[in-house]
Amino acid sequence: MYTLGIDIGSTTSKCVMLQDGETLVAKSLQLGGLGTDGPEDALTQLWRCSGLSREEMARVIVTGYGRNKFEGADGEVSELTCHALGGRFVFPDLRTVIDIGGQDAKIISLTPDGRMSNFIMNDKCAAGTGRFLEVMANILRLDIDNLGAIAAQSETPAAISSTCTVFAESEVISQLANGVKRPDLVAGICQSVATRVASLARRAGIVERVCMSGGVARNEAVRHYMAQALDVEISYDPLAQYFGAIGAALYAWKQIKK
Amino acid sequence: MAEEVKKAPRPVDPNSAKYKLGKIAADAFADAIEAKKKGIPVAWVSSNFPVEIPETLGIATVYPENQAAGIAARGAGERMCNVAEAEGYSNDICAYARISLAYAKLKSCPEQDVAMPDVVLCCNNICNCMIKWYENLAQELNIPMIMLDIPFNPDYDVSDAQVQYVSAQFWDAVHQLEQLFGLKWDDDKFEEVTGFSCRASRAWLAATGCAKYVPSPFNGFDLLNHMAVMVTARGKECSGDAMETLYKEYMENHKNGTSTFRTEEKYRILFEGIACWPYLRATSTGLKSRGINMVTTIYADAFGYDYDSFEGMIKAYCSVPNAINLEKSRDKRIKLCQDNHVEGMLIHTNRSCKLWSGFMYEMGRQVGKACDIPVASFDGDQADPRNFSEAQYDTRVQGLMEIMEANKEQKGAN
Repeated sequence: MYTLGIDIGSTTSKCVMLQDGETLVAKSLQLGGLGTDGPEDALTQLWRCSGLSREEMARVIVTGYGRNKFEGADGEVSELTCHALGGRFVFPDLRTVIDIGGQDAKIISLTPDGRMSNFIMNDKCAAGTGRFLEVMANILRLDIDNLGAIAAQSETPAAISSTCTVFAESEVISQLANGVKRPDLVAGICQSVATRVASLARRAGIVERVCMSGGVARNEAVRHYMAQALDVEISYDPLAQYFGAIGAALYAWKQIKK
Repeated sequence: MAEEVKKAPRPVDPNSAKYKLGKIAADAFADAIEAKKKGIPVAWVSSNFPVEIPETLGIATVYPENQAAGIAARGAGERMCNVAEAEGYSNDICAYARISLAYAKLKSCPEQDVAMPDVVLCCNNICNCMIKWYENLAQELNIPMIMLDIPFNPDYDVSDAQVQYVSAQFWDAVHQLEQLFGLKWDDDKFEEVTGFSCRASRAWLAATGCAKYVPSPFNGFDLLNHMAVMVTARGKECSGDAMETLYKEYMENHKNGTSTFRTEEKYRILFEGIACWPYLRATSTGLKSRGINMVTTIYADAFGYDYDSFEGMIKAYCSVPNAINLEKSRDKRIKLCQDNHVEGMLIHTNRSCKLWSGFMYEMGRQVGKACDIPVASFDGDQADPRNFSEAQYDTRVQGLMEIMEANKEQKGAN
């Protein structure tokens, strides 16, 4: 029996198809989230690569910021629950999820048996989110996907003191003008995101195992600085960006089993 | 094509609490406007100032916090904040203050007009921003300010020294007002007013206490409307009667198995902080649509003052939520959670109110741990609509609900 999870975020749309709540059958990701063609494109890609159709899905659950606007699912659930479920699917002993998406950051605490017990989210500000990295990558004319690798070349990360994305933008520009090396700037930017979210994480209380999820989890420099700031090992899996969609597909499966 | 027939609003029973309380709240503004026309002195009063003073002296009262909340709820918060900001006030200042200062300049706001003051009566037991706000009002309007200093109490209990300090100021305020307006203090009148205030407070606390019943006989958002009477008119005779009617209705609801929360009550939460007035409907719907009833809030109970002596009254004013230490604040909330079978806590991180929001991280952590309930927070503002995101609110509320749901399932499984 197949279940489908759709995660419509602020910048990307992800789909994951599971068989019997255990096996990942297919996945897709498209740029463009809420209010774009992203969700439809991600679905089209999923049907193409799986060779299956909507009719063959026993249940479809949608999550993410676009969950309330999407028509065609059987139900919706918050991305908080989904990231907890998805993270636990990949790491069975997971207790803390640090999810950094396009426009928010969440720390999700899990009980020993895997239930979400609490969560903390960032305040109404883009600092410490994927959008911050996106803006900085644009200023530096770099591909956001390369930020982690470039930061790895840094010898001394630059200090980015402004938490406000707009002020940090001018700070980065002036540091560039002052001759600060690009890898040092990129490392400083990644460190800035990590330390800001680490403060949230400390407030929530860190219990190991800790993993990162969401698009920013792919950035190895952010993971490195996060581990450094929290003094814990940060688990990572290449599926990290799909945890929300995996969780939605798992939630669909659990509903069927009820 | 048939003409659309507009449904007439359902008439409100004049004997109902809703009618009585609505009338008192509306009359409070109108009465002050009438008083002004008759030459009776009008005071702008901070919400936790001892109302017994102006009521006993026969001074008409206006509560700028209440006015600002009304203006914000009717959609004019941003317009008024912009006026204040153009005058040089930072948008980091409390939005109630900005709206009030804007009103002092414009002297008009169709969303809630009030009588202009002859004096401002300030008490800082609710926050210290109040002092500068009222100083500026006094300066701008060229009127006197009477200040009652009730500082934050770092100790758990109110000391004798604090009672003495505040009592002396109480009488000093009375004497200043007597001299300013040629009024005479009347002990019998004072006793009558304190009786009215205590009667209204007892009935109000009894009504909010009905949240102990499961399901609750009321929607907690009702309290946010009804409390306007406790802020503006707790020293009036009619308030006691209206509050007793409210209590009676809630008890009848309980006996009949009905409620003003007109959907199935699946979850019960404590709401922390001042209401997000510009988005009252959005914040209410986000809860109600998920079967979440905000059964209790310290904010509503804060305006119930029950005492049996002068010293007790002073102690009550020294014990309002923002004037007490973390431990006492925490214990009050834990009691509310336990008494009212609360399953989760939702915190309004109110950009306007640094004092209240600042200690909420630790408060939420301690209450959540003590009561074993999940805690979620959202960003917003009591009156400035620019500090709230409905999508973010929705995700947090849904996340909170999903934890409460999982907790219920877990309890059912054990």
